Amino acid sequence: MGLFGKSENKQAEKLKFALGKFRQGIKNIVPGLGGDFSIERLEAALLSSDVGLETVEKLIQPLESGQDKGDPGEHLRKQIIEIFHRAGPVTLQISDSSPTVYFFVGVNGSGKTTSMAKLAHNFDKQIIFAAADTFRAAAIEQLKKWGERLDLPVISHQKGGDPTAVVYDALEAAVHRQADFLFVDTAGRLHTRRDLMEQLEKMYRVTVGQKSNEPTESLLVLDASTGQNGLQQVRTFAEKLPVTGIILSKLDSTARGGVALSVVDELGIPVKLVGTGETLDDLAPFSPEIYCDALLGEEF
Amino acid sequence: MFDRLTEKLNSAFKKLRGRGKLSEEQVKDGLKEIRRILLAADVHYSVVKKFVKRVENKAIGEEVLKSLTPGEQIIKIVREELQELLGGQREELGLHQHGPTPIILVGLQGTGKTTTAGKLALHYREQKKTPILYSADYRRPAAREQLRQLAEENQLEFYPEQYEDPRDDLPELVEYAENKSLNPVIIDTAGRLNIDQPMLEEIGDFQRLLPESRVLLVIDGMMGQEALQVAEDFAGVVQLDGLILTKMEGDARGGAAISAREVTGVPVLYIGTGEKAADFQPFHPERMASRILGMGDVFGLIEDAEKAADAEEQAALQERFMKGKITMADLDKQFDQLKKMGPLEGLLERLPGGYQLKNQMQNQNFDARDIDRMQAIIRSMTPEERENPRMINGSRRRRIAEGSGTSRELVNQLLKQFKMMKKMMDDLRKNQGMIQKLSSGMGMGGFPGL
Repeated sequence: MGLFGKSENKQAEKLKFALGKFRQGIKNIVPGLGGDFSIERLEAALLSSDVGLETVEKLIQPLESGQDKGDPGEHLRKQIIEIFHRAGPVTLQISDSSPTVYFFVGVNGSGKTTSMAKLAHNFDKQIIFAAADTFRAAAIEQLKKWGERLDLPVISHQKGGDPTAVVYDALEAAVHRQADFLFVDTAGRLHTRRDLMEQLEKMYRVTVGQKSNEPTESLLVLDASTGQNGLQQVRTFAEKLPVTGIILSKLDSTARGGVALSVVDELGIPVKLVGTGETLDDLAPFSPEIYCDALLGEEF
Repeated sequence: MFDRLTEKLNSAFKKLRGRGKLSEEQVKDGLKEIRRILLAADVHYSVVKKFVKRVENKAIGEEVLKSLTPGEQIIKIVREELQELLGGQREELGLHQHGPTPIILVGLQGTGKTTTAGKLALHYREQKKTPILYSADYRRPAAREQLRQLAEENQLEFYPEQYEDPRDDLPELVEYAENKSLNPVIIDTAGRLNIDQPMLEEIGDFQRLLPESRVLLVIDGMMGQEALQVAEDFAGVVQLDGLILTKMEGDARGGAAISAREVTGVPVLYIGTGEKAADFQPFHPERMASRILGMGDVFGLIEDAEKAADAEEQAALQERFMKGKITMADLDKQFDQLKKMGPLEGLLERLPGGYQLKNQMQNQNFDARDIDRMQAIIRSMTPEERENPRMINGSRRRRIAEGSGTSRELVNQLLKQFKMMKKMMDDLRKNQGMIQKLSSGMGMGGFPGL
């Protein structure tokens, strides 16, 4: 994670702290968890963390059938870490030729703009913002305020304009000004809105889709409190553009973000970043090990 | 999912078809599937556990009704209990008759409070009330600007902030509303975490400063297990009067509503069903119970259809339909209305068995653009052709295919479908009893006694 200009240890501490809160949450919901192990308790812990039903069954089945002998907690931890490692590296890609383009996508209210601003703040690079949310009232103003706060240029059109045209212009501007990165803030859209999903596909295809040999990131911002529907959300987005990573946002809440485990398990898309609080510093690289501790409690 | 549910339950109870009492074993088997459905719908684990126990106690030993299979009998009990859990009957938020009623919207970040504030105002205006909007969100960049724009777009009253701290604005805001006879006063607040004590107490201050106010908690319909904790934490600092569930146009089941209702005891009042200000519906427990079980929401669908439809045009169409005189032009208009109601998949999902339909559609690669194509074909016809598609011969077909940028196969297909539709309608017309049967079957999700 060399991209993070700030101290990496500090980021890891932040993550630990944020996850610590949700570890406590599990203990509250399932009293005595970790004291004595039972399949039912484990199932309860996973389900009440919003881990998807299929993944829960998959994790529990070997324990239930007695196929796994020995320490059940140890087995489970191994399984979970394996799921994360299967999804591949959690580092963010950089193109050989500037600018590197990052798309920020997701459903309404997941925290796209905030996550993007945090990442920009943590990068010690020259970044340009593209205000491609031309739909929501005051979305452009919101991004402009972030631009002012972070002292970064924002490329925008009028509200109601074609978002693809914004990205196109912003890409030109980024090349022209020799910026290192272009961050594209897209409008929130529910994955069931086929028209909006097609708009997103087009936006990606006619801009960065053209330079297909260059690595770019399409980061899907997923609210950590999302329930069982999260899997379908990510799946549908990934059908429209190559989602390269998940930003698990709002982990500073009491939500446990179990949905991420299912997304990684079933779709193989890695979690790359975690939102851990309200200030600009509160964004951390994802760590499967710390996540696992938090999800299960250290006792497992 | 509902189709799968009944299928599973029915196969479990095959031997018992239509007679005897429900035994403990059968009930437990059936409830395993119910438990899965509820968990998949994001109902809180602990609530599901209690719920399943309650249904179990009620179902064991129950006489199976003659008209039902045991599987259907269990679903009947589940549906009734679920509706009860969701509040039983629809509840309304009363407004003060004299003087303004402040309505304070609170919730986590990103649940859709600001959008909901606009929707709620529009909803009250439709009821001939005189709402005014005010934003107390000084935290999120441009949040106030967002509400101001929403107000402007919908010609709603908006009160701009005068002081830095929203608490200082409240007395003058209420006075302003009172003088101008505005009611209710809808107050949007900053999103806050349920563990952020100082921020929670700020809402407590709002409530103390506005003792006549109603406080509504806005919850994301896609939210998972955490809804329970969040609702509990908010209810711990303020006296809640109701809940609003947002983003319900998606495919989330909205089990969060059950969890939140269960811990707060306050009713769910509205659901948000889209990004536009008009996408807002009163909450009906019986419809929500159907939705959670995957049985569709036919009533909501009909309401939306009525909203989208031009009443006069519908009446005229109905008359032509009764006389068997439906034309291609009518079909074109129907497509327009269908498109007004939102994405097709969303509509399908609200029909009983809609999930299957949706899957079928996806298997056949049918999508919303097919409707555009069909409309392009119809619009490439001459008015005579639209009135009387039988006159469309080979060369006309070629012309229409070229004009609409489609193919002759598609033109043929549409004509064939139209012919079939017309024949079906003629048959229906000849058999009025059949129509009744069809419509009542739809309302009950195909289940007698439900």
